[in-house]
Amino acid sequence: MSEAAYLIGLGAAGAAALLGATLPARRRVLGAALLSSAACVCAFLAAGQVLVSGHAWSAHSAEVLPLTGVSLSLDPLSALFVATTALVGLATSWYTIGYAAHSAPSRTATAMLPAFLGSLLLVPTASSVATFMVAWELMALTSLLLLLNEHRQRDEARDAAQWYAAMTHVGAAAILLGLLLLATHAGGQTFAAIAAHRGQLSVALRSAVFVLTLVGFASKAGAVPLHAWLPRAHPEAPSPVSALMSGAMVNLGIYGIIRVGEDLLGGGALWWWLAVVALGVVSAIFGALHAAASADVKRLLAYSTVDNIGLILVGVGAAGALAVSGERLLAALALLAALFHLVNHALFKGCLFLGAGALQHATGTRDLDQLGGLARRMPVTAALFGIGALSISALPGFNGFASEWLLLESLLHGFADHTDATVVALLIGVAALAITGGLTAAAFVKALGVGFLGQPRTAGAASAREVAPSMLVGMALLAASCIALGIAPGVLLPVLERATASGLAVRPPSPLRAGLGLDLTGASGAIEPALVLAGLLGALVLAWVLVRLPARRSALRHARTAEAWGCGRELQTARMEVTATSFAEPLQRVFVDVLRPDRDLEVTHVAESRFFPQAISYQHRIDDGLERVLYRPVIDAVSAWGRLARRVPNGSVHRYLAFGFVALVLILVVLA
Amino acid sequence: MSPAAITAALVTGTATSTGLGPRIAASILQVAAVAVGGPLLIGLMAKIRARAEGRIGAPISQPLRDLRKLVRKERIHAEHASAVLTLAPLVLVASAAVAVAISPLVITTPVLAGGADAFVVVYLLLMGSVALALGGLDPGTAFGGMGSSRAMTIGALAEPALLVSILALSIQAETSNLPGIVTATLAHPGWMANPERLLALVAVVVVVIAETGRIPVDNPSTHLELTMIHEAMVLEHAGPDLGLVTLGEAMRLGLLFGLVANLFFPWGIATNASVAHLALGVGVLGAKAAAIALVIALIEVSTAKLRLFRVPELLSGAFVLAVLAVMTGLVTR
Repeated sequence: MSEAAYLIGLGAAGAAALLGATLPARRRVLGAALLSSAACVCAFLAAGQVLVSGHAWSAHSAEVLPLTGVSLSLDPLSALFVATTALVGLATSWYTIGYAAHSAPSRTATAMLPAFLGSLLLVPTASSVATFMVAWELMALTSLLLLLNEHRQRDEARDAAQWYAAMTHVGAAAILLGLLLLATHAGGQTFAAIAAHRGQLSVALRSAVFVLTLVGFASKAGAVPLHAWLPRAHPEAPSPVSALMSGAMVNLGIYGIIRVGEDLLGGGALWWWLAVVALGVVSAIFGALHAAASADVKRLLAYSTVDNIGLILVGVGAAGALAVSGERLLAALALLAALFHLVNHALFKGCLFLGAGALQHATGTRDLDQLGGLARRMPVTAALFGIGALSISALPGFNGFASEWLLLESLLHGFADHTDATVVALLIGVAALAITGGLTAAAFVKALGVGFLGQPRTAGAASAREVAPSMLVGMALLAASCIALGIAPGVLLPVLERATASGLAVRPPSPLRAGLGLDLTGASGAIEPALVLAGLLGALVLAWVLVRLPARRSALRHARTAEAWGCGRELQTARMEVTATSFAEPLQRVFVDVLRPDRDLEVTHVAESRFFPQAISYQHRIDDGLERVLYRPVIDAVSAWGRLARRVPNGSVHRYLAFGFVALVLILVVLA
Repeated sequence: MSPAAITAALVTGTATSTGLGPRIAASILQVAAVAVGGPLLIGLMAKIRARAEGRIGAPISQPLRDLRKLVRKERIHAEHASAVLTLAPLVLVASAAVAVAISPLVITTPVLAGGADAFVVVYLLLMGSVALALGGLDPGTAFGGMGSSRAMTIGALAEPALLVSILALSIQAETSNLPGIVTATLAHPGWMANPERLLALVAVVVVVIAETGRIPVDNPSTHLELTMIHEAMVLEHAGPDLGLVTLGEAMRLGLLFGLVANLFFPWGIATNASVAHLALGVGVLGAKAAAIALVIALIEVSTAKLRLFRVPELLSGAFVLAVLAVMTGLVTR
């Protein structure tokens, strides 16, 4: 039943891609969107059945892929990723209907979006090395084509695509190398065969495989320092694609780490997981800082993805380290928390990227410095973006809070473990979580407050209109999921436990008691978001009533509108408002050593006197510092080699014939 | 009783024979005590400052009178502001009230004691700060946005220190549940002199000074917009809304003072909801909070306000102390 539904879903995604490529311009978007949503519904049902029943299935077909065949299997761990992708995909598919009316995507883009979605659904179910790599590359290629969609309008898109193409393929090569090493030594390329033979592999080989795959998966997940493509690609991609990349694609990097590290290699050495925690800590802090300093809303969201992936990696790493130390219950708790945060992140970041798309759609810019006052002009978008922003800031009653709390609890209780290195890693993980909390809140107060509140700063923002209903429906689906999981996080618990159990290979006893809230067994902590939220609403109404009671009757109905305080100045224009850049200025000044902003101030004076400035131009840019340090030398070296190599083909046919002859002779020599 | 067992009992609700009704009543008592006591603490600190400076000063009850005056005033809404400006004070007060209701201030087992995790309380406080910051940006003025930006910056730097300090306490108590920490400390009075607690105490006091906007971080009585942090953010609230903001801030101050008092020195807190215990609990809480107010007022009198960009140094110092507290706790465990 689940198997059939899943395969129908994949088929529908394929058919949607075909429709997108063949139908005439007017119909193709609608046709592709409807079929993709059908695909998502099917995949969601298939994954849901596996998650609820706990029964995995696997299928093999020798005909589809020559030589190796295709192996698929859906266990609860895979199903969690499929279900998350399907939910984000469903919202995105609806969203594209309205989005396309404005941007008129090309035939290729319309066809590639369902293909990308299909590959995202396929990757977590691939259960052999060949199938996995084919699905992985399909995902990389389709997303690359989607990223190039707007390259005619913006040069940045082309630049981002180059970065993405290079990094994703270096990553894929590392994964391929790792998995091939594994497959050749484990005597089979299916994951089942590898897992069965892992005991015979040497520690060195397993470590090599883990490091190779970690490089590939961490670059796909966007972990620092392999993140350089992410803050370029996510902003430059069309918003539905950004939502899918941030809500579904980066998750698959995490999936790969869990699948290979825990399932195929069976845990391994402690240092593997300490390395994962280290990656996570660096990513979380680096991402949160850059998000707090960004003025481009999609760049902000992209860096915030780096931040959240970092938190998830901290959880995954802690789980691995605790499992190696034999603390299986705590390991299960940490992995469960990481998976929960992953699901939550997919939901709110999907919602936020779709909201950012709506902003861009309505105003023509994604620069927060040019927005403002949109809550009046686009109230529904503002409310939905607000829900996403409050969720990601981890306020109680929203889903981000539940998973961050669980992550903190799992790290906190990991201190009971006595391996010193693990304790230090957990402590640093807790510190990272604590540091990112406040920074994330600052970043999203900025996005919400500067983008949607206040007065419009430009004509584009002043003339914004609410976006099409289908776009709002897409965002609303994700926002509603955020609220539902925020109020009753316990509902998802059984599902997360099954996924955790299949990720950790050995099923540990459940670390949590079922209920509406979250409740650690052994009872060292619990949260009851539903009751807290009920209390909040009650107190809010009570406070409202208490304040309005003493007021006079007329004052009760109408508040008098008056001018805002301008320090005595009569006229206050939007130019006096704080911008996103000025909002972030204090934080940027505090963390100047990490962010290293480039500032350029030019003052031109009037000819008569140098005391009267004629024009002041100020430019401000925050580049990725790591990129300058780590990537520039590599790029320079590669370019130098490229220039050297260019001397070899000089256009002379004689020389090329000579090359051919020399090569043939060399081959003969080698063969002899 | 081991710490874990104490919390287990709290979470399952078997820690006390007290029924749900008395616990709700005790929570309402806590909210009432903090709603009245918070403004009184602010009045007390103003009085101490005045006396230390050789003035007589306003009566201690002045903040309460100001509140009464404010709620009777006309409502005024800033020109370009949306509903967020009206909603922000309500969210501030509501989040503070819920945080007060579930925290162990007067009694160890208020309503929802099992769910009163430290992180719930910290993030409820964050919710109030976010609401106020959004309210500051809403009217689209220069001062409001500047205040929001500064307040969020300081909040972002204070939060890690607060979370890690609470973590230091929770290592020993084996729980991050606030009533659990308080109950475990009551059962082991010797913990109060532990070095990690003293380190964490210093860090928390710095955070409390920053979060409540006292000197040397912010000057609550400044009238110069350019030096304002919190006051600039709430500049556009008027009348009853300003009253709510003032009340909310006072409640947060009362809550933070009460938490410092009970997490570090939990003597005298009521362990059951009998009238005598609750009366004693309120009295002792008031006395401890007044003592903290005295300390903070004396710090205020004796130091100058820091430049805004020196504040991060103070807060990162608190963060380092908090991390040191955790490490000390792990080593001496």
